[in-house]
Amino acid sequence: MSDTHHDDIQSHVKTYIKVFVALAVGTLITVLASNIHLGIILGIIVALIIATVKGSLVAAFFMHLSAERKMIYGVLLLTAAFIVVMIGLLLFSRADQQGRQEGIFAVPQGHVVVHPE
Amino acid sequence: MSTAIEIPYNSTERPDTGLYNAKLGIWLFLASEVMLFGALFSTYVLLRTGADKWEHGAEFLNVPLATINTLVLIISSVTMVMSWASLKMKNLGRYKFYMGMTILCGVGFLIIKSIEYAHKFETGLWPSTSTFMAIYFTMTGLHGLHVIGGMIVNSYLWGPGSKMWQTDPERFTNRIEVAGLYWHFVDLVWIFLFPVLYLLPGK
Amino acid sequence: MTEAQHHEEHHDELPFWRHYIFSTDHKIIGIQYGLTALVFLFFGFCLMLMMRWQLAYPGKALPIAFLTKMLGESRMPGGVMAPEFYNQLGAMHGTIMVFLGVVPLAVGAFGNYLVPLQVGAQDMAFPKLNMSSYWVYFIGGVVMLSSFFVSGGSAQSGWTSYAPLSVITPQSHSLFTGQSLWLTGMVFLITSSLLGSVNTITTIIQLRVKGLTWMRLPFFVWAQLVTGFLLVLAFPPLEAAGVMQMMDRMAGTSFFLPSGLVVGGKALNVSGGGSALLWQHLFWFLAHPEVYVLILPAMGIVAEVIANNTRKPLWGYKSLVYSVIFLGFMSFVVWAHHMFLTGMGTAINAFFQTTTMIISIPSIVILTALILSLWGGSIRFNVPMLFALAFLPMFGIGGLTGLPLGLASADIHLHDTYYVIGHFHYVVAPGTLFALFAGIYYWFPKVSGKQLNEFLGKLHFWGSLIFMNGIFMPMFIVGMAGVSRRLYDGGTSYLHAQNVLYLNKVMSHSAWGLGVIQLIFIVNFFWTLFAGRKVTSDNPWEATTLEWATPTPPPHGNFLKIPEVYRGPYEYSVPGAEKDFSPQNEPDKKPGDSNNPGKK
Repeated sequence: MSDTHHDDIQSHVKTYIKVFVALAVGTLITVLASNIHLGIILGIIVALIIATVKGSLVAAFFMHLSAERKMIYGVLLLTAAFIVVMIGLLLFSRADQQGRQEGIFAVPQGHVVVHPE
Repeated sequence: MSTAIEIPYNSTERPDTGLYNAKLGIWLFLASEVMLFGALFSTYVLLRTGADKWEHGAEFLNVPLATINTLVLIISSVTMVMSWASLKMKNLGRYKFYMGMTILCGVGFLIIKSIEYAHKFETGLWPSTSTFMAIYFTMTGLHGLHVIGGMIVNSYLWGPGSKMWQTDPERFTNRIEVAGLYWHFVDLVWIFLFPVLYLLPGK
Repeated sequence: MTEAQHHEEHHDELPFWRHYIFSTDHKIIGIQYGLTALVFLFFGFCLMLMMRWQLAYPGKALPIAFLTKMLGESRMPGGVMAPEFYNQLGAMHGTIMVFLGVVPLAVGAFGNYLVPLQVGAQDMAFPKLNMSSYWVYFIGGVVMLSSFFVSGGSAQSGWTSYAPLSVITPQSHSLFTGQSLWLTGMVFLITSSLLGSVNTITTIIQLRVKGLTWMRLPFFVWAQLVTGFLLVLAFPPLEAAGVMQMMDRMAGTSFFLPSGLVVGGKALNVSGGGSALLWQHLFWFLAHPEVYVLILPAMGIVAEVIANNTRKPLWGYKSLVYSVIFLGFMSFVVWAHHMFLTGMGTAINAFFQTTTMIISIPSIVILTALILSLWGGSIRFNVPMLFALAFLPMFGIGGLTGLPLGLASADIHLHDTYYVIGHFHYVVAPGTLFALFAGIYYWFPKVSGKQLNEFLGKLHFWGSLIFMNGIFMPMFIVGMAGVSRRLYDGGTSYLHAQNVLYLNKVMSHSAWGLGVIQLIFIVNFFWTLFAGRKVTSDNPWEATTLEWATPTPPPHGNFLKIPEVYRGPYEYSVPGAEKDFSPQNEPDKKPGDSNNPGKK
C-alpha cells in the first residue's frame, strides 16, 4: 500500500505503547489504592472509576472504538442501557421489599409496618 | 463448500454503514457477552447487598498473582493489536511473532489461574464454601473458559488459518481484527473482575 | 449456459450429506429448522394431551393400554398418572413448545428462509455459522428429550425452573438428572439462538440490495430485526443464571439457596446466603422479551398475508415500524410483572405495572393497524388469509386478558391461576401458531412448488379455531374461580373449584379434538409434497415482495439476477398501474407506454 498508510499504522503503534503504559500504571494504582482504608463506599467508587478508565482505554484504542461507526455505537448504547436497567432495577427491588421499608420507601405514619427480627 | 455464491461486504465495507460483515457480527456477539458478564456482576451486587457479612477478597485471594495476571492480559492485548498492525503493514513474519506472544500470554494467564485455584482447593476453599467463593469461582471460571476459547481461535489463526494470507490478505487481516476485538473484550472483563473480586473492601 | 445454471451445477456437485445434511444454504437450513420444530411441536402437544386426561379424569387409569405399558409402572402406576410424571409433562410441555417448537419455527425456519430472500441477498451473511446454529439447536433438543430417560425423570419444576425446588429436585450432583440436563440443553439452545440472531441482524443491516431502504423493508423483516436484537441481548442473563443453577446443583453452591433451608425435615448442608428471587429476576429478564420473540415474527407474517390478500398497502406502515421498535425496547423493562407476588414493595410493583401498561400501547397500535388494513380491501378468503384474520381477534383476546395480570392489585387474585394459562395460550396458540400456519400455507408453493389443498386447509382452519377456543376460553372462568395452575388433580381437592370442575372435561375433549384436526394438516402436508398439484407460476399469490421474484423453488444463490428495488413493499392496486400489484423489483414503466411492458 502507500507510504502514508504505513505511517498511519506507525503512529497507531506509538499510541498502543502509550496506552499500555497507562494501563500498567492504572493497575498498580488500583492495587495501591486498595491498601488504603477508604471505607466501603469510597473504596468501591475509586476501584470502579479506575477500572472504567482502564476499560475505556482498551475499548477506545485497542478496539478502535474511538473511530468506529454509528451502527456500532448504537448497539453498544442499547446494551449499556439494558445493563443499567438490569442492575438498577435489581437494586431497586432489593431496596423496596415488603417489611423492609426505609428511606425513600418508608411507609408513612399510621400504617402497619413489619420489622424484620 | 461451493464458492458459487458471493456474499457482499465480506472484506470490503458497505458504504452506508461503513462496516464489513464480520465486524458488525463480532460487535453484536460482544454485546451479548456484555449482557452475560453483566448478569454475573448483577448477581455479585445482589448477593453482596443482601449479605450481612461479605469477605474482603484480598485477605485470602492471591492479589500479587492476580496483579501479574492482569498485566499479562494487558500485554497480550498489546501484542494482539500489534499482530493486526503487522498485517496492515504487510509483514506476515511480524504478525506470527506477535500472535505467538499473545497465545503465550494466554497460556501464562491460565497457568497462574490454575496455581491460584489449586491453592484455594488445598486450603479448603471451594465454590460451596460461601457465596463469595461461589461467585468468585463462577466469574473467574467463565472468564477462563473465554480465555481458552480465544486461544483456540488465535492458535488456528496463527497456524492453519494463516494460509488465507496467500489467497485473500484483506479478508485475513479483517479476521485478525475481529479476533482481536474478542480478545480485547476478554481483557476488558478481567479489568473489572480483578478489582471487584480481589480488591473491594468487605462488609 | 447461464451463470445461474453454472452455479447450480457447481452446487449440485456436493455429496448428499453436504447438500442436504450439513448445508450452508439458508433455505435448506430453514427447512431443517421447520421440520424439526414441527416434530417438536407435535411432541410437546402430545405431552399436553396426556396431561389433559389426568385433568379431566383425575385418578382414573389411561384407557390406552400400549401407551401405559410403554410409559411403565413408575410413571403410570396402575395406569394412573403419577404426580411426579404430571409435573414432568408440564415442565417439558412448556419448555419444548417455547424453545424447541415455536421460536425455532418462527425465527429459525421462517426467518432463515425468508429474510435473505426478502432483502434480495444470495444467502445469510454467515452461511457456515447458520449451519452450526441449526446443529447446536438439534443437539440441544436431543439433550432435552434425553432427560425423560434418566433416573428421576425429566425436569419437573415448571418451564420456569424456580429455585429452590429446581435445585433440590432431585438432590444429586450428577449431570444425568432431568433438571441438570434441562440446564445443559438450555445452554445449547441459547448458543444456537445467539449464533442465529447475530446472523439475522447482520444480514438485514448489511445485505439489503440497492434501493431497499429501511422504510421499504417488508414488515416481516422489521419484525425479525427487532426479534434478533431481543435474542442477542436478553438470552445471556438466562445463560448466566443457568450456569449458576448448575453450580448450585452440581458444585454445592448457594446462589439461589437461602440460609436455613430445610428439606424433608433436614437442614441443607450448604453455605446458604443465596436468593431464590435472584433466579426469578434473571429468568424473567430473558423470559419476558422471549414472549415478544414468540409474537413478533407472527405479526410479521400476518402483515405480509393481509397486505397480499387485501390487494392494498398496509395501513400505517410507519406506525407499525416505530411501534415494533418501541415494543422491543420496552420489553426489557417489564419483566417483574411476573413477580408481583414475591414480596416486592409497592414502589417497584408500581414501576413495573406502569411499564407494563405502557407496553400494551405499541401492541394495540400494531393490532389496530393490521385491522384497519382490511378496510376497503378486496379480501381474498384463502387459507393463509383465514388464519391471518383469525389471528387478529385471538391475539386481541390474549392481549386484553393480559391487562388485569399487569395490574398488580388484580394480579393478586389471578396470579398462578388458570387465568394466566388462558392468557398466554391465547397469544401463543390461536395467536402465534395460527400466524405460523398462515405462513406455511402462504409460502408452501414457493418452497416446494406445490400448493396445499384448499379444502383440507379450510377444514384444518375451522376445526382448529373452534377447538382452540374450546380449550382456552374456559381457562379464564376456571382461573377467576381461583383454581391454581400446575395442580395435578385439576382442582378436585379444592372446595372453591368444585363448581368449575366440569370445564376440565370440556377443555380436555377440545384438546383431543384439536389433535384430530391437526392430522388433517399432516395428511395435507405430506400428500401435497409427494402428489400435490404443481403451481404454474413463480408468484401464485401475485405478491410484491422479493421472495416471489425467484424461480420455484429458489436455486442456490436465490436470484437469477441480483434484484434492484424501486418501491415500497406493499404497492398493491397502484392507480394507473397495469396490474393490481407492483413488485418491488420491477422498475417504473414509462408513463403512457402500455405497449412497452418493460424488462422482467
